[in-house]
Amino acid sequence: MSSAVVEVRHLTKRFGEFTAVDGISFDIRRGEILGLLGPNGAGKTTTLQMMLGLVTPTSGSIHMFGLDLQRHRGAILQQVNFSSTYMSMPYALTVEENLSIIGRLYGLSDIPRRIDDMVKKLEMAEWRHTLTRKLSSGQMTRLTLAKALLTEPKILFLDEPTASLDPDIANKIRTILLEERRASGLSILYTSHNMREMETMSDRIIFLQRGKIVAEGTAQDIVARFGQEDLEDVFLKLAREQ
Amino acid sequence: MTYHRIAALVVRHLYLYRRSLPRMMEIIYWPFLDLVVWGFITVYLATFQGQMPAVVTFLLGALILWDVLFRSQQGIAISFLEEIWARNLMNLFASPLTPNEFLAATMVMSLFKVTAVSIVMSLCAWVFYGYNVFMIGLWLMPFIVNLVLTGWIIGVLTTSLIMRFGQEAEVLAWSMVFLFQPISCVFYPLEVLPTWLKGVAWINPAAHVFEGMRGLLATHAAPLASLGWAAGLNLFYLGLVIAWFHHTFNVCKDRGSLVRVGE
Ligand SMILES: Nc1ncnc2c1ncn2[C@@H]1O[C@H](COP(=O)(O)OP(=O)(O)O)[C@@H](O)[C@H]1O
Ligand SMILES: [Mg+2]
Repeated sequence: MSSAVVEVRHLTKRFGEFTAVDGISFDIRRGEILGLLGPNGAGKTTTLQMMLGLVTPTSGSIHMFGLDLQRHRGAILQQVNFSSTYMSMPYALTVEENLSIIGRLYGLSDIPRRIDDMVKKLEMAEWRHTLTRKLSSGQMTRLTLAKALLTEPKILFLDEPTASLDPDIANKIRTILLEERRASGLSILYTSHNMREMETMSDRIIFLQRGKIVAEGTAQDIVARFGQEDLEDVFLKLAREQ
Repeated sequence: MTYHRIAALVVRHLYLYRRSLPRMMEIIYWPFLDLVVWGFITVYLATFQGQMPAVVTFLLGALILWDVLFRSQQGIAISFLEEIWARNLMNLFASPLTPNEFLAATMVMSLFKVTAVSIVMSLCAWVFYGYNVFMIGLWLMPFIVNLVLTGWIIGVLTTSLIMRFGQEAEVLAWSMVFLFQPISCVFYPLEVLPTWLKGVAWINPAAHVFEGMRGLLATHAAPLASLGWAAGLNLFYLGLVIAWFHHTFNVCKDRGSLVRVGE
């Protein structure tokens, strides 16, 4: 599988006695959107945090662009970005200031032009000069997404990116993500509780439960394999089996 | 170390200060108040000038220099706290930023604070009390450099403790430095300490700075020995606390607590 931009092998994370992620392996191809689905506590966030170098794996390996994350952290993270419903950005700075700091942090050229683009794309013009503390949660989510796309990453990690958005904005965000993928070959690893979203967005889905991969494939594959109506039924069936 | 990432963090803090009255007060108004209070004390003491001339001239200078150490330490610890309060650590450490670059940025902030506070205090001492801190002469520079380094040591130490123990340790950003004040011999000579404490003070670089200062004012002899000890101890401890910071950073990544500090 030579076009894999992400290769995760036997990735395990233990916190003391507790195993949060239990020997998972998967690839993400260039331009692929991989959905990470699973009930609360399944280990989705921990997996993403390990892939961002924020949490050290207990064992296993993570390669991106053929490089080992442990040894080439800087080179990899330069090409990667993330957004999460649960993160935030410095409250005392304006939206534009926050984006410009991110631009500097990643050493981007042409920062004002990139910010203009993001503001247009994510419809942020009205609150571009607003202090971040005054944003609604939906606006905050758009800002963190703008922050992630600003650096033109090759891989994007999204932890429940549309959880706090109204359906209209959530829909727009999905359109933008699909467009980024089409235009630049962006690969996305993406967690969500929204089954419909998972079905429409993901090329492939990994179902995680208690740190283990219990199902993997396209939405149709998984639904067919478990003999259910749709992904939501599969989710309920698996979640209640615990 | 990459320059643009350090600069990014510095600019981020400057944006913050530009708009924040409490933060500006911290570097302008509080040092000013500090000085005014101590200024009145020295004016009062000056009425006994016959008995204690050295005390009067030294007290304001000592206060200004102590503030150099204090603000240097705060520049590090508060810059880290700002990131915790803003829940920004995740954004920073999921970027190519390295822990050393992070520390370097807090050190630049520390230099900004020290410079601002020193200017405010020296100016006030001169305008209100006719006290010229520069009468210490060119030796003032190496003394200040050493106090800044000691401030960094305490700042990095505090930062590591906050990173490791979280919210409960945040108060250390303000109190830690006062743990070191009694053994820094800021306002009194080392010889007044009880014997056992003398030994402790002796391995504190700041004590050598203040001893050297007093020696210089009293005898006008070049304070080379004091500066040598201060610099040696400073570099040794700075290496030590930076290594410990890295260790703590790795422990936090292992426990998954790095992105949860302050929550
Ligand atoms: N730093 C940590 N220390 C101890 N346990 C943790 C830590 N981080 C996560 N966990 C535990 O690991 C499990 C997986 O958490 P998480 O990855 O956040 O799940 P998800 O994102 O799928 O809801 C949970 O049971 C959680 O309590
Ligand atoms: Mg989660």
